[in-house]
Amino acid sequence: MKKILTKVLSLAAVTAMVGCSSGTAASSAAATSSAAAATTGDGKIGVILVGDENEGYTAAHMDGIREAASQLGIADDQIIWKYSIGETQDCYDAAVDLVDQGATLIVSNSYGHQGFMEQAASENPDVTFVAMTGDTAALSGLPNFKNAFNHTYESRYVSGVVAGMKLQELIDNGTLTKENLPDAFAGDDIKIGYVGAYPYAEVVSGYTAFYLGVKSVVPNVHMYVEYTNSWFDQSAEKATAESLMAKGCVIISQHADSTGAPSAVQSALENGTVAYSVGYNISMLEVAPDAALTSASNNWSVYYTYAFQNWLEGKAMDIATDWAEGYNTGAVCVTELGKSCAPGTQEKVLEVEKAIKDGTLNVFDITTFTTGGASLTEDTEIDLSFDPANPNLIKPVKDGAFRESDTANGFRSAPYFSIRIDGIEESGAE
Amino acid sequence: MKDSKYEAPKSSVKEPLVHIVKRSDIEPWKAWGIRIAAVLLGMLVSALFINGITNLNPAAVFKSMFAGAFGTDKRIWQTLKDMSLLLCIGIGLAPAFKLRFWNVGAEGQVLIGGLVSAALMINLGGKIPNGVLLILMALCAVVCGAVWGLIPAYFKSKYRTNETLFTLMMNYIALQLVEFYVDVWDKKQSHSVGVINASSKAGWMPYIGGNQFILMIIIVALITVGMYFYLQNSKQGFEITVVGESENTARYAGISVSKVIRRTMLVSAGICGLAGFLEVSAVSHTISSLTAGGRGFTAIIVAWLGKFNPFAMTLITAILAFMSRGANQIASDFNFNKFASNILTGIILFFILGSEFFINYRLVFRHRPKEVK
Repeated sequence: MKKILTKVLSLAAVTAMVGCSSGTAASSAAATSSAAAATTGDGKIGVILVGDENEGYTAAHMDGIREAASQLGIADDQIIWKYSIGETQDCYDAAVDLVDQGATLIVSNSYGHQGFMEQAASENPDVTFVAMTGDTAALSGLPNFKNAFNHTYESRYVSGVVAGMKLQELIDNGTLTKENLPDAFAGDDIKIGYVGAYPYAEVVSGYTAFYLGVKSVVPNVHMYVEYTNSWFDQSAEKATAESLMAKGCVIISQHADSTGAPSAVQSALENGTVAYSVGYNISMLEVAPDAALTSASNNWSVYYTYAFQNWLEGKAMDIATDWAEGYNTGAVCVTELGKSCAPGTQEKVLEVEKAIKDGTLNVFDITTFTTGGASLTEDTEIDLSFDPANPNLIKPVKDGAFRESDTANGFRSAPYFSIRIDGIEESGAE
Repeated sequence: MKDSKYEAPKSSVKEPLVHIVKRSDIEPWKAWGIRIAAVLLGMLVSALFINGITNLNPAAVFKSMFAGAFGTDKRIWQTLKDMSLLLCIGIGLAPAFKLRFWNVGAEGQVLIGGLVSAALMINLGGKIPNGVLLILMALCAVVCGAVWGLIPAYFKSKYRTNETLFTLMMNYIALQLVEFYVDVWDKKQSHSVGVINASSKAGWMPYIGGNQFILMIIIVALITVGMYFYLQNSKQGFEITVVGESENTARYAGISVSKVIRRTMLVSAGICGLAGFLEVSAVSHTISSLTAGGRGFTAIIVAWLGKFNPFAMTLITAILAFMSRGANQIASDFNFNKFASNILTGIILFFILGSEFFINYRLVFRHRPKEVK
């Protein structure tokens, strides 16, 4: 019963998804599409999906692929879909089967598909393989194996600003004071919470960006991160959100794929707890009409349009080994603001987005955070190799900011900010 | 003089329209006729289902199913791979179930075999010759799987614990151990081990003529034939039959029941452990909680439907592998939700399982006696 309910809820959430308009990239691509259509031939694109349209994360990818295909005039029967492919040998099987069916560009959407995609890529040098959100394309040295990742940390920062505005409103109207809500304070700091999936760079980078967004509005915040150790676990996310609220957290954000946390926050709010939710991927207004402020989200069609365009022109091998874009191409966004948002939030969002776009605001500005009491410096080194015995050290700090997903400098597209900064406390990692 | 209390039974005593009679015997051709009819009926109902919900032509859907399982050389090998993995576990379960030892712990035995194989690949890969590594992996997988099965067998034979619950709980222990080691071996903390030894291919079962699965299929075929003779022609196989039919008879005949239980579970779980090795070394080259993938439970259906005859079980696994590959293909071809294709598999399985009822029992319809004036 619970499972069915989960499906129904997530389906409802998907249909309610407002998404962000695809912006400039798609329309510029449309202009060139008619010219490209001539070289299409009868090629095929294979798509390997970890879920199906009932699962928010996969649904967002499917929307992106469909939109890119329709912009570029790629016919329905040129795309072969493989649904519900687990992060197992099934992925490799699906990939080689797609090669057999004539696919010359194959995309997988889940992180754990990567190793199997890499194996298939090494055995099929004429076919281009893209492991979305993966991080080993550059390390593999294979010319036909690619990674792509949006600058999701930018939209997380903006969603943090939205939450910060809410906190400021609660402080200003006298709701959030030590006398009223003693539990919501750790010393002088206001407690906020974050439901994380797994303790690795993608999640760390995301929650840090969110925290810095909140902090840019309300400087005295302390964040608790608790892990569910799963990407999609409705009941665990709900339980984790409840545990964070029991600690006194006033804002609950998440890097996990279900609607568990926002629905828990909604029912707590209805029962008189002061708590608000910031979601991920899809708008949570359907399940949390009062509690949901906004969600950090991605617009995958920007990448798919780029990749499919190259493929149409017969240049699939030239797709960037590591692709990462953010607000400047419309690849990330925040979803529709909820009715509980503080007045003036919309204007503030636009202002911050503009600052990110024109480069005047860096999410990981090293003057805004410390780690172990000290700031990062230009000499700070991090290891991209996953292999301590054979490290690949880079210096990501430049011009006063940690450069995340800095593909322009030849660094990988997947997040590598895994530094634990002061003011954030983690627990529940396995 | 008539006693009015005891009237003669009326001729109109209600006889049910149908009643069920156990068949004492059935000719093989009749049994197979019933089975084939069941599959055809199952396909007919599936066709109605497809047509009812999608308006697609059922023939096109079945054609797509067939293409999914046998459409290309690669797909044929994939289907054979699915089949042999499942069959290996089913063969492992056969002696245990024939003994009436309800081993529902195959999932855990496979996982533990896979886990120890992966551990050796990770820790010894490149340090010892590949042939030695492979043999070591296979041996350790068999031994660890066997120990995983021996524990509940020991408690069953010594303390008469319930083996269904015991083996089931052992699955969870194996699953958690795998989850734990995934985190130990995962360098990125993303809860995924990834492909092990992707570049050195240490501990990977060798490809023969460029084919990944041939060696594994040969190994499973040998185990299948071996199991047939073990059950049919060996003294131990005979003891399994006797204990399975009646423990008291076995005791009377001087067979040590507890010894047979322990020995049989060693064999059964050892083969399941080997299946874990095959999965890791020949197929996925990784380990995760999905390594056994529910096959440990599906294999129970295989063992029962095949009546513990390894050759009949081969046929059953062929049908199941075909249906699962076919179901995936129709999901892809017709944009079906995967659940819709699972329903088709379910319908056909239901009919196959149901046919066993008509093989063991027959329906007798009421004879309507002619009215006499």
